[in-house]
Amino acid sequence: MTAIIIFTIASLTVLGLVLALILYFTAQKFKVVEDPRIDDVETILPGANCGGCGFTGCRAFAEGCVKAETMDGLFCPVGGNDVMKKVAEYLGRSVEEKVPQVAVVRCNGNCDSRPKSNNYDGYTSCAVMASLYAGDTDCRYGCLGQGDCELSCDFDAIKMNPRTGLPEVDEEKCTACGACVKACPKMIIELRNKGPKGKRIFVSCINKDKGGVARKACAVACIGCTKCQKVCAYDAITISSNLAYIDYNKCKLCRKCVVECPTNAIWEVNFPVRVPKKAVAEVEQQ
Amino acid sequence: MSKTFSIGGIHPHDNKISINAAIENFPVMERAYISMSQHLGAPAEPVVAKGDKVKTGQLIAKANGFISANVHSSVSGTVNSIEMLPDLSGNLVQHIVINVEGDEWEESIDRSSEINRKIVHSPKEIIDKIAECGIVGLGGAAFPTHIKLSPPPGKKADYLLVNGAECEPYLTSDYRIMLENTEEILIGVKLMMLALGVKKSYIGIEENKPKAIKRMKEIASKGYPEIKIVSLKKRYPQGGEKQLIDAIVGRQVPSMGLPIDVGVVVQNVGTALAVYEAVQKNKPLFEGVVTVTGKCMPEQRNFRMRVGTTFESMIFAVGGFPKDAEKLVSGGPMMGKAVSRIEAASVKSTSALLLLTLEETKRGEEANCIRCAKCVDACPMGLEPYLLNRLSRANRVEDLEANMVHDCIECGSCLYVCPSDIPLLDTIRLSKAKVLKIIRSRPKK
Repeated sequence: MTAIIIFTIASLTVLGLVLALILYFTAQKFKVVEDPRIDDVETILPGANCGGCGFTGCRAFAEGCVKAETMDGLFCPVGGNDVMKKVAEYLGRSVEEKVPQVAVVRCNGNCDSRPKSNNYDGYTSCAVMASLYAGDTDCRYGCLGQGDCELSCDFDAIKMNPRTGLPEVDEEKCTACGACVKACPKMIIELRNKGPKGKRIFVSCINKDKGGVARKACAVACIGCTKCQKVCAYDAITISSNLAYIDYNKCKLCRKCVVECPTNAIWEVNFPVRVPKKAVAEVEQQ
Repeated sequence: MSKTFSIGGIHPHDNKISINAAIENFPVMERAYISMSQHLGAPAEPVVAKGDKVKTGQLIAKANGFISANVHSSVSGTVNSIEMLPDLSGNLVQHIVINVEGDEWEESIDRSSEINRKIVHSPKEIIDKIAECGIVGLGGAAFPTHIKLSPPPGKKADYLLVNGAECEPYLTSDYRIMLENTEEILIGVKLMMLALGVKKSYIGIEENKPKAIKRMKEIASKGYPEIKIVSLKKRYPQGGEKQLIDAIVGRQVPSMGLPIDVGVVVQNVGTALAVYEAVQKNKPLFEGVVTVTGKCMPEQRNFRMRVGTTFESMIFAVGGFPKDAEKLVSGGPMMGKAVSRIEAASVKSTSALLLLTLEETKRGEEANCIRCAKCVDACPMGLEPYLLNRLSRANRVEDLEANMVHDCIECGSCLYVCPSDIPLLDTIRLSKAKVLKIIRSRPKK
């Protein structure tokens, strides 16, 4: 009896030793050398795995950062400048500070200004709807309102407003990762500079139809009248195919175009409330 | 014994309520809206200008590119404008708008009702004539017929299959022309056989149209021994190209392949009639038979209608908009396209206008998949729709390709049988487009 126990223990020990040796040499032979810095960079990153940087996830981005020579073109929209500074510091490189951006919805045709001309009863998805037809209003460019952007957002920053049928961006939560920009089949959402104190001006319409057609479909459409272009002192506004576009790098936030726009298609965000001109005149008269 | 395809298929109620309505001529409208994109491929290029006088049948737009087709005026009058107007799905397409003045046809068109049986043209001349007259496939996809009839070098057709199945519920336009223009269709088939150089042709007709089968057989036995009439089982999608080939000659079209890869060319009976009219009567394709139907309509009728008639005028011709009509469909209920603008006009391949009530069109609330595999049984292409749906929602493109999403023919059988009302077709169609784009962007070997 004891002989069997001793024999078993001995044979298992020998077997274990032999296998351990084989494993040791195999591990030596096929060793994958990984830069230890990748792990460290990964711990600095926020770990949202949103893909906003263009890589498949935070690990891939960390690998990309370590392997790249400079930090050009590498940016983590979630972590922003702080995280990028830390990463650059760790890797011993310099990084240029990026202006913070935010997602902007360039359609303001709500249920009142852009009446529905037909009912969509298919699957709730903008992508499916866009593949079927031009949309349930007369505007071929406008928001379809099925909420693909809301689904795509990892940060709960964009939400459909059931009252207007349009998505609304929460600037606090938005990291400008660009997921909604990719998700929108109508390409309505754009990443724009957040601006000083969040102040920004943009054309909230992408309708490229001629003025009459656009206006007929939606009361707040850009009709390409060029009034804003004429009033702009900084050459920030360009008009191509009946649509105005404000270059956020040139815009000095003077708000002249906002007043000038006959259809209220130009939006100002985070500005103090303006006293209507009429009211001012009335007060002066009194 | 009726033939049928080997896998899948469903049996929707055929609802052919307009089956006994003889074809009537639709009154010519006041204004015709003729689209430049009535075919698959590049839009045609207008050759008339604003203010020009045109006659019925006159060439108004030339084919632009290899896959394209000529467009002819369907009315006579003055060109009012050439502008971008929405088509039935609301996308802007170039249209030629013509104010109608009388109805003066081109002199070269033979308008007699006599049947011209004498074939004098060579195969080359037939194909040229078809191209010149702007004939497109009238089965739905509107692929230019002359391209289909000239197989690429190295490939040869053995059979010409003609699709008279009309498996879509409600539609009766093909049935009516098979009854009323039987011999013309047979001559058209013969012309296409000559053009292709094939010896044998089959016309497949579903067995729920016994009168058409009988009449076709009767006339074919009198002078067209090379054309065989095949009775097919009533089963959707019997008229699908790949299903028809499987049912009649038992060949399988390979994945991403064309029927010509297995030596077959498929045409529709409507196309055969158009070919006859083009070659024997010199008449370009500018009118076709359209079924205006729906259970909510006071009457259901079959019209011979000019291209460019608005859907609005079609509805008013049969007594106006019924109160309970909720959805307008151009084509059949399975594969037709919803009409979102009634001011849009018909095109060459418009086969029907169907009005459905809310009750008939309402989709049920989506529930969880219960793994009943009804969709797998129904899929005529042998795919697994429940799986493709899940992969599509997760956007797993590689897995979608491995599961052959690009073989989907978008027949809608899976959606029809699903007890959980899962929007299978919607998600699959979207990922099919995505996968096809990736496959086509790959460098060719």
